Amino acid sequence: MSVILKTEKLRVEFKSSEFRQAVKIAVQGLDLEVNAGEVFGFLGPNGAGKTTTMNVLLGFVPPTSGTASLFGIDVRQPIARQRIGYLPELTYYYKFLTADELLRFYAKIFGLTRAETDQRIPDLLKLVELEHAAKRPIKSYSKGMQQRVGLAQALINNPDLLVLDEPTSGLDPLGRMKVREIIQRLKNEGKTVFFSSHELGEVETVCDRVAIVHQGELKTVGSVADVSAGSANLEQAFLKIVGAQSQPLP
Amino acid sequence: MNKIFALAGVVIKELYRRKDFYVLFVLTALLTVAAGAVNFFHDDKIIRYVKDICLLLIWVSALVIAIVTTARQIPAEREARTIFPLLAKPVSRGQVIAGKFLGCWLATGVALLVFYFFFAIITGSREHIWPWAVYFQAAWMQWFMLAIVIALVVLGSIYFAAPSSTSTISFIVVVGILGIGSHLKIIALQQPEPMQFILTVIYFVMPHLEWFDLRDFVVYDQSLVSWPALIVATVYAAVWTGIFLLLAWLGFRRKNLTT
Repeated sequence: MSVILKTEKLRVEFKSSEFRQAVKIAVQGLDLEVNAGEVFGFLGPNGAGKTTTMNVLLGFVPPTSGTASLFGIDVRQPIARQRIGYLPELTYYYKFLTADELLRFYAKIFGLTRAETDQRIPDLLKLVELEHAAKRPIKSYSKGMQQRVGLAQALINNPDLLVLDEPTSGLDPLGRMKVREIIQRLKNEGKTVFFSSHELGEVETVCDRVAIVHQGELKTVGSVADVSAGSANLEQAFLKIVGAQSQPLP
Repeated sequence: MNKIFALAGVVIKELYRRKDFYVLFVLTALLTVAAGAVNFFHDDKIIRYVKDICLLLIWVSALVIAIVTTARQIPAEREARTIFPLLAKPVSRGQVIAGKFLGCWLATGVALLVFYFFFAIITGSREHIWPWAVYFQAAWMQWFMLAIVIALVVLGSIYFAAPSSTSTISFIVVVGILGIGSHLKIIALQQPEPMQFILTVIYFVMPHLEWFDLRDFVVYDQSLVSWPALIVATVYAAVWTGIFLLLAWLGFRRKNLTT
């Protein structure tokens, strides 16, 4: 099975702006491999280093040491992102553009031909149920509609790897169901999905494997069944691994 | 190159969908029309003053459009966080810088074209002469001067997070260069050392935006600048633009962008 996403001894430090302040180590010695065709959940409490790792994988932050690669290409090369789709946690799109214009813009960035773009955009708008609003500016969309535009843009290049950052955060139950459907559909198509989430029930439902990071270090990685072994469910296993125990309410 | 054009296209779309752009545009056009239509004291030579005022308006408006528009590009991308879905695609930070520059420069070029067209119609209707080549040279030189200004503002916007800071500092620098650039060497000679040395160095290392100002040619003698000189000035502008964009890229590529 080919490795799609790989980090080796990944370390990320942030220098403090304050004089003589120690550097903050966000990620240390992270070794991770995600195989083709699997749905991989990247878990950890807030401040564990998940977002920093994703930022390195997407080229927003350079690693201090170690390596990170997508499809065998160093993430510092823009071409490493040619076959990925990225859905951020919140909607960050040009609000003065319409959904159709936004998708056309991103299609050009991916180097899609006009014919490919013309074929792909109606399909995506149908998938995310935005055909009726395609020619309206994004600023007139509801939050759920904006999130669906996000999904469409993440799929514009028919990616082999989809990187999702808290994909269901802030979505209503229908939106969550849609995201789960899309993840499942991509999995059936043999695509790889790498996502971070705090919704452990959801992770348990859709993921083949999970990794749990805490304080910048990888604590465990394996199938959902392996990681949950010895605990009632993934949530209990997660709490045990990060050293927190659920307390009964007084 | 397609990616750079795609980025520039978004900049232009944003511009023509913003109301402030139209306000400035219409205001300049109206003032140009009004100034051109007035006949002070029934003096035939008054047209020169009218032309001077119109060209000054065009210069100020073009500078405002160029600086204000460019100053908000990258900070707005960072503030609205649209930079993240963009950079998560196969586009380099250098291409983002180039696309932003190109979009602002092309948009300013279109504005200049309309301004000069208005100017030509108004003054032509009064003087009954149409020195298109002179107008072309003046607009061309101004457009390339604006290329240097836009590249300088792109560079500033990498280091100053607030568009207002970038705009203000850029205005001061540009107006300073336009105002005293040509006199700086003379001022330097009148100063004691080490100020003389410092001002002389500044004179030689700063971009001479004032060299691109052909307003006097348009207003007074209506003669053409030699075409080789125009080409040299164009190359000079391209070199300065390249230097500023390179510095902007070097600064931007090192920036940590955290979601």
